[in-house]
Amino acid sequence: MSYDTLVVGAGLAGLTAALRLAERGQRVLVAARGVGATHLAPATVDVLGYLGDARVDSPARSLAALLASAPDHPYRHVPAERMTTALEWFAERAGTLGYSGNLDANMLLPTAVGVPKPSALAPQTMTGGDLRDGGRFAFVGFKGFKDFHPALIADNLGRARLPAPITARAIELEPPASRIGDLSGRVLAGRFDHGELTDWLGGALMDRIDADERIGVPAVLGLRKAVETWRDLESRLGRKVFEVATLPPSVPGIRLYEAMAAALRDGGVRIVHGVRVSGAHANNRRIETVDVVNATGSVSYPVQAVVLASGGFASGGLELDSFGTTRETVFDLPVIGVQSTDRVRFAPRYFDAQPLAGAGVATDDLLRPIDTAGDPVYANLYAAGAIIGGAVPWREKSGTGISIVTGYAAAEAILTPTTLAATEAVR
Amino acid sequence: MNDAIRDSLDHCVKCTICETFCPVSQATPLFPGPKYAGPQAERYRGAGPSPDSSVDYCSGCGICTQVCPQDVKIAEINSRARAKLWERRGIPIRNQLIARPTVIGRMGAPVAPLANWALHNRAVRSVVQSVIGIHRDAPMPSFAGKTFQSRARLHRGPTSDAPAVVYFHGCGTNYYEPRVGEMVVAVLEHNGFRVIIPPQDCCGLPLQSNGNFRTARTYVRRLAGNLAPHARAGLPIVANSTSCGLMLKREAHEILGVDDADLEVVSGAMFDLCEFLLRLHEQGKLRTDFRSLPLTVPYHAPCQQRGHGIGKPALDLLALVPDLHMIELDVDCCGIAGTYGLKKEKYEISMAVGERLFTDIAATGSDLAACDSETCRWQIAHGAGVTAVHPIELLYRAYGLDGMLQPGPVTAGRQPTTVGA
Repeated sequence: MSYDTLVVGAGLAGLTAALRLAERGQRVLVAARGVGATHLAPATVDVLGYLGDARVDSPARSLAALLASAPDHPYRHVPAERMTTALEWFAERAGTLGYSGNLDANMLLPTAVGVPKPSALAPQTMTGGDLRDGGRFAFVGFKGFKDFHPALIADNLGRARLPAPITARAIELEPPASRIGDLSGRVLAGRFDHGELTDWLGGALMDRIDADERIGVPAVLGLRKAVETWRDLESRLGRKVFEVATLPPSVPGIRLYEAMAAALRDGGVRIVHGVRVSGAHANNRRIETVDVVNATGSVSYPVQAVVLASGGFASGGLELDSFGTTRETVFDLPVIGVQSTDRVRFAPRYFDAQPLAGAGVATDDLLRPIDTAGDPVYANLYAAGAIIGGAVPWREKSGTGISIVTGYAAAEAILTPTTLAATEAVR
Repeated sequence: MNDAIRDSLDHCVKCTICETFCPVSQATPLFPGPKYAGPQAERYRGAGPSPDSSVDYCSGCGICTQVCPQDVKIAEINSRARAKLWERRGIPIRNQLIARPTVIGRMGAPVAPLANWALHNRAVRSVVQSVIGIHRDAPMPSFAGKTFQSRARLHRGPTSDAPAVVYFHGCGTNYYEPRVGEMVVAVLEHNGFRVIIPPQDCCGLPLQSNGNFRTARTYVRRLAGNLAPHARAGLPIVANSTSCGLMLKREAHEILGVDDADLEVVSGAMFDLCEFLLRLHEQGKLRTDFRSLPLTVPYHAPCQQRGHGIGKPALDLLALVPDLHMIELDVDCCGIAGTYGLKKEKYEISMAVGERLFTDIAATGSDLAACDSETCRWQIAHGAGVTAVHPIELLYRAYGLDGMLQPGPVTAGRQPTTVGA
């Protein structure tokens, strides 16, 4: 089948680009090795949370300082107004998940280890956990649910640096037994969807919570009916209830993936998992066909444009071999942020600033990967998400923000007629 | 054996994405999930026995491998581990039987009325359940009586200067759904092809999923041997069974480790039927003289179809038919997984896996559904109470070919002697 645009990668950046293109009438194919980090990340939109060690209160006001310290950062290529448009667009597309927030101020949402994490946007089931105004919190854990310990959350939050004082305590509950033995987040979510746990949780909490407490529960309130369950609990308890992101798998992340996948399906987009994009054929620096390796063999898809959203090292978009060579794995594009092989490539401690952390492709202002001379490698190849170098998402708390903003901006660059003029200029 | 499969477990980063997609572990505590049974438990499977037997509850749908972002061959690892398990234990008679559709077909077809009565008689099925272990409620097709191969022998196709295509129809078409085969041939002939139908036997897939790798290899080698001369002559081979097609494209090599020249050339010539027709359309060679088909039909792309990595060509094709509205369902698996849902200890699991698909089909209000794979169609008909058809049937009707068939359903392709003619 011929497509207008082929998107490489089915993470948040790829899904964002695909959806934006599809709703503007393009035929889009998403070809991916597998599912992206949506299933692992907490589904908050973190645009910019830290500058060095300093927590960021307002991403909008800190962008200039970020770009001064990280000149190759992907945000350099996206004007602030477009970032705002992208985030508003995203919140609208996420629909009933009910995202709110903006670039002006970060919320501070508690994590599963009791750290206040700065996020620009969050789904409505989570925003009740915003710690900025202080107050009294109770965190609920389910016995047998791994890696979620309310006492740890309460204890760590009690010691966290926060703008207003809080108190936090732990409540441990034992969910009724089920035929599924393993209490993973996915399994608990399924039980909430089937209505097995809502009555139990509401009843168990009723007598144990105080009048002015906000109630934090692990983010497992369901996949298909999470919002209803959350509303139901709030009205039964007469308190603010909020979900706390868990360790992977991330149920809110799966909800987000499924919401976007449904929107993509309605938009006629095909998502194909389990395939490998092996390269492209170009003419005059313009990609004409892309090769996808599937069970049939290598299949060539004619395309007008390509979005590379293959992720960084963790997703296989970048590879470091034992000789110290870093390469971009799909189109063999030039990579920036790589130390020469005689320099130290790893800092001694895991959480130190790692020299390779900012590796990735460099792009022009249309998000097209560029060569060392600064020219686009291909006139119709765009990059989005973690494959773009110059950022250190896990330290900055900027991963989801970069994915949404660059995914949207790459789509806009493809859709906007000025692209064509710029393309011609390149030739 | 192909060690690339086992070695891929080192790529596992324990991200749990496969666990969130596994339809079986969400339906039963007996299967702990693909990561646990696959890349994790595999480390403990050396020459000795498997650390536990839960891997037998993997249905083999293959979704885990498709969604894995690190290229771990999870389903393939599990398939081999299952075979090793049964190699040690000895494969029960039930699994030996249901893994041989050609044997069942040859026994059932000549006595179709009697066999069909027995297959759908509750008392007989209860006895079969307690004696052999095939669940009494599991969906069973009806024997067609006259096989597709024997019908095809009576068919006169177009003249020999038409371009040729080879048709691999599989056992389901041959013994249970010869009408599907006739429709495939009619649609291909309508598009100017001469259809070659070589003699063919089971591809070995049911034997593979029931752990009998040795016999599975024999079957697939024999089938590849029958198809190989045509592939060597440069002819494309099309399959309407997505699982059997995938077996020839990839699984026989990857999972069974079959490494021979016949299979290799056949793999390179294999196309899924809808994939093939869509390619024709892209080349401007597909006839589009479709009549209006004012229907709304939900479409389920079965797990094995997804394994091809070709998108959903059935939907792209059916979008060409005026007034036909297809609803794309998004459920990974119907639960049957070939012979999995037939087994008395797995039937309930298979129905629980299919529940979401059945509900989604019911929500469309349609009494007709489309799906590429035969066992999935039988499961859908059973679980959702609708008529389930191969997408080719909708194309066939849209071409107006159904009128040409009546009253005598005698349409099928030519014999292999026409190769090179």
